[in-house]
Amino acid sequence: MNEVRIEFDRCKECLYCVTFCPKKVLVPGDKINKQGYYTPVPAHIENCIACATCARMCPDGAISVYKDVDKKEV
Amino acid sequence: MKTIYERPKALQDTFFKYCGGCGHGIINRIIGELIDEKKCLDDTVMVWPIGCSVYADQYFHADAICALHGRAPAVGTGLKRAEPDKLIIVYQGDGDMVSEGMAEIIHAAIRGEKFSVIFMNNAIYGMTGGQMAPTTLEGQRTTTSPFGRAIENSGYPVNMAEIMAKFPGCVYSERVAVNTPANVAAAKRAINKAFDLQLAGKGLSFVEVLSPCPTGWGLKPVMAQQWVAEKMMPIYPLGVFKNPEVAK
Amino acid sequence: MAKQFLQGNKALAETAIRSGCRIFFGYPITPSSEIPEYYAAQPKERKVTFIQAETEVSAFNMVAGAVAAGRRAMTATSGPGFSLGQEAMSYMTAAGLPAVIVDVMRPGPADGEILASQGDYFQVTKGGGHGDYNVIVLAPYSVQEACDLTRKAFELAEKHGNPVVVLSDSTIAKMCESVELPEEISYKVPTFSGALTGCKDKRHVITTCGDGAAQWEKFNLNLQERFAKIREEEQKWDAVQVEDADVVMVSFGSVARVALETVEIAREHGLKVGLLRPITLWPFPEKAFAGLDGKKFFVVELNAGQMVQDVKLSVKNKDDVSYYGRFGGFTPTPLELYEEICKRYGKGASK
Repeated sequence: MNEVRIEFDRCKECLYCVTFCPKKVLVPGDKINKQGYYTPVPAHIENCIACATCARMCPDGAISVYKDVDKKEV
Repeated sequence: MKTIYERPKALQDTFFKYCGGCGHGIINRIIGELIDEKKCLDDTVMVWPIGCSVYADQYFHADAICALHGRAPAVGTGLKRAEPDKLIIVYQGDGDMVSEGMAEIIHAAIRGEKFSVIFMNNAIYGMTGGQMAPTTLEGQRTTTSPFGRAIENSGYPVNMAEIMAKFPGCVYSERVAVNTPANVAAAKRAINKAFDLQLAGKGLSFVEVLSPCPTGWGLKPVMAQQWVAEKMMPIYPLGVFKNPEVAK
Repeated sequence: MAKQFLQGNKALAETAIRSGCRIFFGYPITPSSEIPEYYAAQPKERKVTFIQAETEVSAFNMVAGAVAAGRRAMTATSGPGFSLGQEAMSYMTAAGLPAVIVDVMRPGPADGEILASQGDYFQVTKGGGHGDYNVIVLAPYSVQEACDLTRKAFELAEKHGNPVVVLSDSTIAKMCESVELPEEISYKVPTFSGALTGCKDKRHVITTCGDGAAQWEKFNLNLQERFAKIREEEQKWDAVQVEDADVVMVSFGSVARVALETVEIAREHGLKVGLLRPITLWPFPEKAFAGLDGKKFFVVELNAGQMVQDVKLSVKNKDDVSYYGRFGGFTPTPLELYEEICKRYGKGASK
């Protein structure tokens, strides 16, 4: 499974990652962070194609993306 | 696991003080990516303006100087003339460049100073609480144009990328945006081109970025990005206004 | 070394170049224009970087940039241009940049005139720009001293990490005198450890933006320490026949040359007159006034009374201080000053 890691406390809930993900992997979160924002979560990570659009839209550099190279391509 | 994307190493661990959704954050991050890719951190000197990015020296590992309001192109001129081999990045907002520093940026272009300029256009003065900028749109409400910018009183918004293109000393001028993934990718390509031109010893390279200001505009970030597309782009069209002739 | 007969501005510019200052940014303004012209005319072999900047505002900030990079750089202007550069003076002092700025005074206020004046005393010594700061001010009175103090200016700036102003005027700038120019030297680059030389070994940041009241007060206390050290170490003056004088003239710059002749005339007529000539205007040479209680101080300056205030602060009894000035571009004659001394200090005019 690919991985999307969002640094929990760095997020300011702009929701660009949620909005621009082509696979709707990310959804708004329900846990509040140190800055007072609800950090999105990759709730549908199974759909992630590791395009890193979320990371490249993030104004805070809070997102890292990793591709599962062992995953068998169907 | 293969790393597809990680936070640029050129960036410090510091949290950006920018508002959520701010265009500064996206472009700062892109600059960090480019410094990593070009492996030029040691020889990069960043010239920061007065504006929301005034503390950006805290966000990067590179040498930095914060200039007075409008003076970044003059400070950049002194730096680049003294140390021509450094990558000098002059970064300004619309108050800094188009108002206070109009003489400095124009004359840097006239002289063809060999540094790269990144101009963040968000049609407002963000840091000081949302006053009108020379780039504010007709009818746009700000704290100093509460009834909407009136052309009669305040004139028309200013198109810097087109103006800069007129000067022979400016070898490259492009306007980009960061409101969609495709535009963010194009913005990175443009800034990369600007840095490459400087490293090749060419004249002044200029990239104008249409940047959302959610707080100043009173819009949530995603809506602010829509406002960029709907309202700003008709006045500030994206595109290349001066094509560099890069000798490969 | 052989003496040359040189114009003040040109001799000063040549001295700066010989001091390794190969970078000049400036805007032409009478009576300082020969300095940028001199730099512009240098042959390629001397490897001078010269920009005629769009305004003094830009020129001062270009100097800030080049000095921030660790090089010697200079600008030259006159009063109106220095006013435009005040913001940058505040900036460069806060940033600890060892810049050298030449101000060739002319009469103000506003556009004014172009002969000699000393009307910039306030604006160079009292800050003039924003906030609590001071720049070192050196006031030559001859072409030779203008050269010597220009050489010294770079050393002082780098010693203390503070901008230095060389305060000339129209007379010194335009007159020609016999000069022994200093020899050509090179200097150590970068000129200070915080210079923006790249972050390979260590990162360098120059910023003057505060980060909260506590940080900014501490920043200012550090600045004040720097100024206190300069005050203690760098006061400079010249005293001519002061010890036994009843009346001590106090003058700086070109009018001090007139005062020197006045001292001679007075002495010939049996009047015990001397001259105290401040060479550093900031730090003001308060130490020079120690042990001079009881004397009368006759301050002559080419303005409406600026240095006189600092003289009053430096002596025990400010009623012992009187002022005489010409402005508009006139310089008094020695006879004029001698007659003034006679009028004020009750001696009958002798032949």
